[in-house]
Amino acid sequence: MSFADASTTRTRIEETGLLWSLVILVALLSLLPIGRLVVEGLAPGGQLSTSSLAKVFASPATWTATVNSLVTAIAGTLLAVLIGGVVALVTSLTDIRARNAFTFCFVLPLMIAPQVTALAWLQLFGPSSTLLKLIGMAPGLGSRNPLYSREGIILLLGLQYAPLVFLTLRAGLRALPKELIEAGLAAGASPLTVLRTVVLPLMTPPLVAGIALCFVSCLGNFGIPAFLGIPGNFVVLPTLVYQRLAGLGPGVLSEVAILSLLIGVIAMAGILLQDFMLRRRDFRITTTSSAARPFELGRWRKPVEIALWTFAVLVLALPFLGLLTTSLIPAFGVPLNARTATFGNYAYVLFEHAASKRAFLNSFLMSATAAIVIVLICIPLAYFIVWKKSRLLRLLNVAAELPYAMPGVVLAIAAILLFLKPLPLLGWSLYNTVWIILFAYLARFLVLGLRPIVSGYLQLDRTLEEAAQIAGAGLPRRLVTIIFPLVAPAAVAGALLIFLTAFNELTVSALLWSSGAETLGVVVFSFEQGGDSTYASALAAVTVLVTVGLMLSTLTFAHKLPQGVLPWRD
Amino acid sequence: MARLTIDRAQKRFGTYTALDEVSLAVEDGEFVAVLGASGCGKTTLLRQIAGFDKLDGGSITIGDRLVSSDTQHVPPEHRKIGIVFQSYALWPHMSVAENVAYGLTVAGVRDPERARRVAAALDLVGLSGFADRRPGLLSGGQRQRVALARCLVTEPSLVLLDEPLANLDVHLRASMEEEFSRFHERTGTTMVYITHDQAEAMALADRIAVMDRGRLLQLATPSMLYREPANATVAGFIGDGMVLPATVLSGPDAGRCKVRVLGVEAVVRCRPDQTAGDNAKICLRARDIGIAAANGTGIAAHVERLSYQGGFFRMEARPVANPNMLLHLDVPEPTPAEPGGTITLAISDGWVIPAETVADLAA
Repeated sequence: MSFADASTTRTRIEETGLLWSLVILVALLSLLPIGRLVVEGLAPGGQLSTSSLAKVFASPATWTATVNSLVTAIAGTLLAVLIGGVVALVTSLTDIRARNAFTFCFVLPLMIAPQVTALAWLQLFGPSSTLLKLIGMAPGLGSRNPLYSREGIILLLGLQYAPLVFLTLRAGLRALPKELIEAGLAAGASPLTVLRTVVLPLMTPPLVAGIALCFVSCLGNFGIPAFLGIPGNFVVLPTLVYQRLAGLGPGVLSEVAILSLLIGVIAMAGILLQDFMLRRRDFRITTTSSAARPFELGRWRKPVEIALWTFAVLVLALPFLGLLTTSLIPAFGVPLNARTATFGNYAYVLFEHAASKRAFLNSFLMSATAAIVIVLICIPLAYFIVWKKSRLLRLLNVAAELPYAMPGVVLAIAAILLFLKPLPLLGWSLYNTVWIILFAYLARFLVLGLRPIVSGYLQLDRTLEEAAQIAGAGLPRRLVTIIFPLVAPAAVAGALLIFLTAFNELTVSALLWSSGAETLGVVVFSFEQGGDSTYASALAAVTVLVTVGLMLSTLTFAHKLPQGVLPWRD
Repeated sequence: MARLTIDRAQKRFGTYTALDEVSLAVEDGEFVAVLGASGCGKTTLLRQIAGFDKLDGGSITIGDRLVSSDTQHVPPEHRKIGIVFQSYALWPHMSVAENVAYGLTVAGVRDPERARRVAAALDLVGLSGFADRRPGLLSGGQRQRVALARCLVTEPSLVLLDEPLANLDVHLRASMEEEFSRFHERTGTTMVYITHDQAEAMALADRIAVMDRGRLLQLATPSMLYREPANATVAGFIGDGMVLPATVLSGPDAGRCKVRVLGVEAVVRCRPDQTAGDNAKICLRARDIGIAAANGTGIAAHVERLSYQGGFFRMEARPVANPNMLLHLDVPEPTPAEPGGTITLAISDGWVIPAETVADLAA
C-alpha cells in the first residue's frame, strides 16, 4: 500500500468509512436492542438471577395468555391461509377482469391499522351499531357485541392478514414457469387436475412462507386483541405485557422483558420453521417472469367475479361504513339521520382536542422522518449489499430483518430497557420523549425500506455506475448523482411503505408513548378505551383516508417500479 | 496517450483461472484489439485494466503509473481512462449533453470551458443537434456515438472499448467501424478494443491479441496473425484455418520449405529457423487448396458438401486416404464435382506452425 497516491487513499478512506458507519448504524438499530433484551432476560437488573423468571412462569396469567396467543395466532393463520390462498389462486390463475382494482381492495386491510380494523368491525355489530340501527337490525340493548371474544379476534386476525398469504402465494405463482402448467394441460390433464398435481405442490414454499409470516404477525398483533380482548378480559401475550407495564410501570421491567422474550421465542420458532422448509427469502419481491396464461373460467367467470367482489364489500366496505356512520353521530347510541348527522367529531379531533392535534403532528413527523432517514440509510446500505457483496453486510441484512420479524412488543420493551436510564456520557434520557418512538420506528421499519431498494438495485445495469466511476466520480458523488436518481422510484415506494406502516402503527407506541408524545394509534386507542367511540371513529376514518390517498398516489409512478414492490398493485 | 503494460497478470475466481499470466504491451497511440470467443478472459482483462477487479498476481502499468498489482490497486475513478461499454451505459436521467459533461464536471471544469468542450465532442460524433435529448429517445448508433463522445471529452490517455458494436445491426456496424478508426487517427489515443468478431478486429486494429482460456496466444498485426499463426489454436480460430499433420522435409529456403502433407509434397511458408522433422503441423486456408490440373497428381478426396456463396462454392471434401479429416476450399461456378463425387486437390500455399507451440498445445 506504500505506493498508493493521495487520491487513492482518500477514496479508500471514504468507502471504508461509509461501510463502517453503516455497519455500526445497523448494529445499533437491530442487534443492540435485541441483545439488551436477552441480557435482561438472563440477568434482570444486571444480576444473574432466576427469580423473575420463576415469578413469570409461576403466574397462571402467563400460561393463559400464552395459550390464548397460540390459539388465536394459529386459528387466525388458518383463516388467513384459507381466504388468502383461494383468492390468490383465483386472481393469479384465472381470467377474471379488473384484477388491479380487486388486488388494491383486497390488500387494503393490510395497510390499514389493525386497531382501526377492529374499531370499524366493532361499529358494525353490537347493540349500539349505528349502521344496524339505520336499517333497524340492531340487537337489543344489553346484549354483548359478539366480537368481544376469542372468535372475534380470530376472525379479524384472519381478515387482516389474509393479504399476506395472498401476496406471498401470488409472488410464487408469478415465478412459476408457465411451461409447467402448459405441459400438464398438453398431457391431457384438466385444469383442476393440473392445479392439484402441479401448481399446489410447487407452491409449498411460498405457502409455508406466507403461513410463517402470517403466524408471526398474528402473534405480535396488539391492536385487535387490545380492542376486542381487553373489554372481554381475553388476554394474549402482547396485551398482557401492555397491561403489566401500564398498571405497574417500569418496576416490572424484568418481568415484561421475559414475557416479550417468550413472544420472541414463539415467533422465532415460526421463522425457523420457515427457514427450515425454505431456502429463499424476500418473497414479496421476486421474479418478473411472465405469468402463465390464465385458465378460462367460461360461464363461471361472472359468478366468481361476483363472489370475489361481494367478499371485498363485506370485509372492506361494510366495516368502514360502520366506522363512518359512527363518526357522524353526536353521541354513541344516537341513531344517524339527516337531523343528527354532524361533522362535529371530526372538528373536535382535528382542531380542538389537544392530544389528538399533537398526535397528528407527532405521527406525521415521526413517520416522515423515519421514512426519509431509512431511505437515506438504505441507499448506500443496499449498494454494499448488492454490488460490493460485503459478507459483513450480508449478515447485517439478516440482522436488519430481526426487529421487523419480531413482534412489535418485543422491540418496544427492548427500547425501554435501552433508554430508561439516561444515555451514557450525554446524560439525557430518551425515555418519555418522541425520540424513543422514532428510534423504535427506525429499527423496526428499516427492512421495509431495504427490500424495495435492494430489488431496485437488482434491476439496475451496474455499468451505469461503472461509467460514472470511470468518469472519475468517487462513491459519494456516484451515490448522489447517478445511483440515487436511478433507484429513486424504488426508494419512494419504500419510503411510502414505511410512512404508511408507521402512520398507522400502535403496537410500539402503545408501550412507548408519554404525554406530549402521543401517536394517532395511541389516541384512537385512548378514545375507544374511554368510551368515546365517536371520536375514535372520526380519527380512524381520517387515517384511513390519508392511507388510501397515499396508496392511490403511488399508482401514478408504479410503472417505473420493479414488480412486487408495491404490494397493492397487481 | 500512454503505454499500457500488462505483466503476467493473473486472476482467479475460486478454482477457475480467468487470466493465466497474461503479458501484453500496448504502445503509445496504438490500437490493439483483444480477440477471443466468449469466456476466453477478454472481458476479465478489460475489467482488470479498468480497475473494477483486483489482480491476484502480476501488474498493470498505465504510462509510468503502476495501477494494479497484488499489493496495489488504484480505483477506477483515479485511472484517468475512458470506457465505451457494450450496453453504452448512458444515464437515462440526464440529457445527452449532461451525459457528456459529467466527466468534466467531476474533474472540476466549469462553464464556459465545459460547455465548449461538450459541444466540440458532440460535434465530433455528429450529434450537435441532440444535446438536449434524453438517451432513451436515440437510436442504437446515436447512443453509441454519445457514449464515445462522453468517453473522449475528458481526453483520457487510454480508451477501452468493450464490444461496442455487438448491439448494433450489420449496416450500422460498418459505419461505426469507420467512425472508430477515424477517431483513432484524429486523437491518437491508445485504444484497447475487446471483441469476439475477427473481421472487426482485423479491420480496425494495429495489432490483435488472441486470447483463449485465460491465456494470450498471440499478439501480432492482423496480416501476421492470418499468414503466420503462432499455434494451432490461433490457426484454427483465425480465418477458418485447417490444421493438418505434416512432415517437414527440408529446411527453409527463401522463407519456404518442402513438406509432406496428406501423402503429397508441397512447398509452404515457414519460419527462418524451421528445422526438418516429423510431427509438424501446417495451417491451410481455403484459398491454399485448389483443384489439381487434369493430369497432375494430388490428394484424392470425396466431395461431401457444397454450399453456394454467390459466384463460387464452398466445398467440403474428405481425403480418401484420411477420411477423418475435412478440408474446405472455394471452387468457382460451375462446380467441378457434385457431393458424393471424387476430386483431386492440390496445395498451393500454407504455413508451418512453429514447433515449440505445437508441443505446448499438445501438453
